[in-house]
Amino acid sequence: MNADERGRPVCRGPSASIRGLSLLFQTGLQDRDRLRSQATTKSVRIRNVKRGDLMNRTNTLTIRTPEGIVFSLRLAGPVTRFLAWLIDFASIMALTLIIRILLGLLGVISQDVASAVSILAAFLLSVGYSILMEWCWRGQTIGKRVFRLRVMDARGLRLKFSQIVIRNLLRSVDSLPGFYMVGGLACLFSQQAQRLGDLAANTIVIWTPRIPEPDMDQVLTDKYNSFRDYPHLNARLRQRVSPHEAGIALQALLRRDELDPQARVDLFREIASHFRKIVAFPQEATDGISDERYVRNVTDILFRTRASGK
Amino acid sequence: MIIDLEKFIGEERGYWVELEGILEMLEKDPGHRLDIGQVRRFHYLYQRASADLAKLMTFSSEQKIREYLESLVSRAYGEIHESRRTPHRFRPLKWFFLTFPQTFRRHVQAFWLALGIMLAGGAFGGVAISFDPGAKQILMPFSHLQTDPSERVKREEKSSDARLQRAKATFSSTLMTHNTKVSVFALALGMTWGIGTVILVFYNGAILGAVALDYVLAGESKFLAGWLLPHGAVEIPAILLAAQSGLILAGALIGWGTASLPLKTRLREISGDLMTLIFGVAVMLVWAGFVEAFFSQYHEPVIPYEVKIGFGMAELLLLTLFLWKSGGKLEI
Repeated sequence: MNADERGRPVCRGPSASIRGLSLLFQTGLQDRDRLRSQATTKSVRIRNVKRGDLMNRTNTLTIRTPEGIVFSLRLAGPVTRFLAWLIDFASIMALTLIIRILLGLLGVISQDVASAVSILAAFLLSVGYSILMEWCWRGQTIGKRVFRLRVMDARGLRLKFSQIVIRNLLRSVDSLPGFYMVGGLACLFSQQAQRLGDLAANTIVIWTPRIPEPDMDQVLTDKYNSFRDYPHLNARLRQRVSPHEAGIALQALLRRDELDPQARVDLFREIASHFRKIVAFPQEATDGISDERYVRNVTDILFRTRASGK
Repeated sequence: MIIDLEKFIGEERGYWVELEGILEMLEKDPGHRLDIGQVRRFHYLYQRASADLAKLMTFSSEQKIREYLESLVSRAYGEIHESRRTPHRFRPLKWFFLTFPQTFRRHVQAFWLALGIMLAGGAFGGVAISFDPGAKQILMPFSHLQTDPSERVKREEKSSDARLQRAKATFSSTLMTHNTKVSVFALALGMTWGIGTVILVFYNGAILGAVALDYVLAGESKFLAGWLLPHGAVEIPAILLAAQSGLILAGALIGWGTASLPLKTRLREISGDLMTLIFGVAVMLVWAGFVEAFFSQYHEPVIPYEVKIGFGMAELLLLTLFLWKSGGKLEI
């Protein structure tokens, strides 16, 4: 198992080990401390977080507002962007074909005019498609929408029309010598995963992954949760446990059957021990429950919201 | 501090919805201006949402609300901290007669540089063709230019006016799109620190110089002027303006005269000007495409050369006046 920048643990393989989870737990604690220390400074800062080698890296652009709020943008890699471009290319081809068919009717009146309009339409579509789409859909085209990509100003500011025009006109250089090789290489080596057009226009392309809601019913039962009798401690738990820590506890429950019996006992003991340090529930609430049950109760408090009605 | 989440969300949701409403209004209509009261309210709502987000940051169980607030704050941040000039409603006439020529004049040095490179290319092409007539096939990659100029003039003058009768519109649109592609490429090549732009302009100059000298040496200067001037008077300056924009981009990359500014700031400052210039170039090339297809291809006896040369000279004069005088005083 591994963890991404948002703190959501992601699967690395079926043989998750207790050491891996423990290490992640430590990383989660460090992240929480870092977040807290960041909240005390007042400056606008944009930084990049790079992990892994060139092929596997995941870049994050973190923007910190003067109000002390931090929001992270995940930068899209060259492969995803190329796939999105393929969809856009297919869309342009389809639209061109439709226009040609429609203009075939105009050919009855004048073949010359029909041919001229067809040439102009194909040119305007190839140049104007991305410009128009990104302007009207706030940085998205059909391909980008499919892959959840979006063009943004590199400082998180409003995207200007001139930026959209420049980044799209410079495709003629990025696409050299074919299949966006120049743009792809620039994207791969640039600090903010920018192709030449993005560099000139000061834009970035971000990826907003869909974050699925965890399937609570799979891990949590409707059994009585003794911790729920202490709403003030529940509130404290929710406040003090970071999303990363909560995610690790949830993943431990979701993948508990993949662990060896001894590893499972050790893992839940460690996690439960950590949660006990965060919030101490009274003895009558914890008496007679196993470490795994303890983690299950804590996860239930953290993830089951009012909306679930449970 | 412990928050009763249910109560907290219940109390704050109204403010979030109000902020979202303002953001949607601003995003739908970028030209919309808020009055001072609305601006204050907008700023208050942004700060309130930021504070709410900070409070929710540590709540692991409210992922969706946190994401929603993060998105609200980032959108509002973009609007509030935007310090660049706000876009006005697009007025085509004002843009064409004021913004475009003023932008050209603001970066006129890049234009002179582009012109110098093209003239150098022209001189090279002329010298090359005079010393080595065999270079014609390399310098002029168009079959109709590789024949003897006098033979071509005879052929053109004999052909009837119905030569392009059923293909004028197609020819015109082909010229427009091809020239616009070349212009966009000249701009884009600015990203090669201008090297690509310089090569492109020099090469075009070399072709032009070679063709011109070839026709002059063959005693066909009048035909050449009558053939090239009507569309070339606009088309060649358009290519030079495209090269000008490429050189502006290169200048920003290199930091000519603005080395103290960060690269991103330099690029941000010229992006609007590049867009203006390239759109202006596109307008010029549409005109040139029409003229080339519907006028330039007719020669004597259909249209006297004096008329064609006069038309071309008038265009050049008007274009010069337009670029140097239109829009009055320079707006910086």
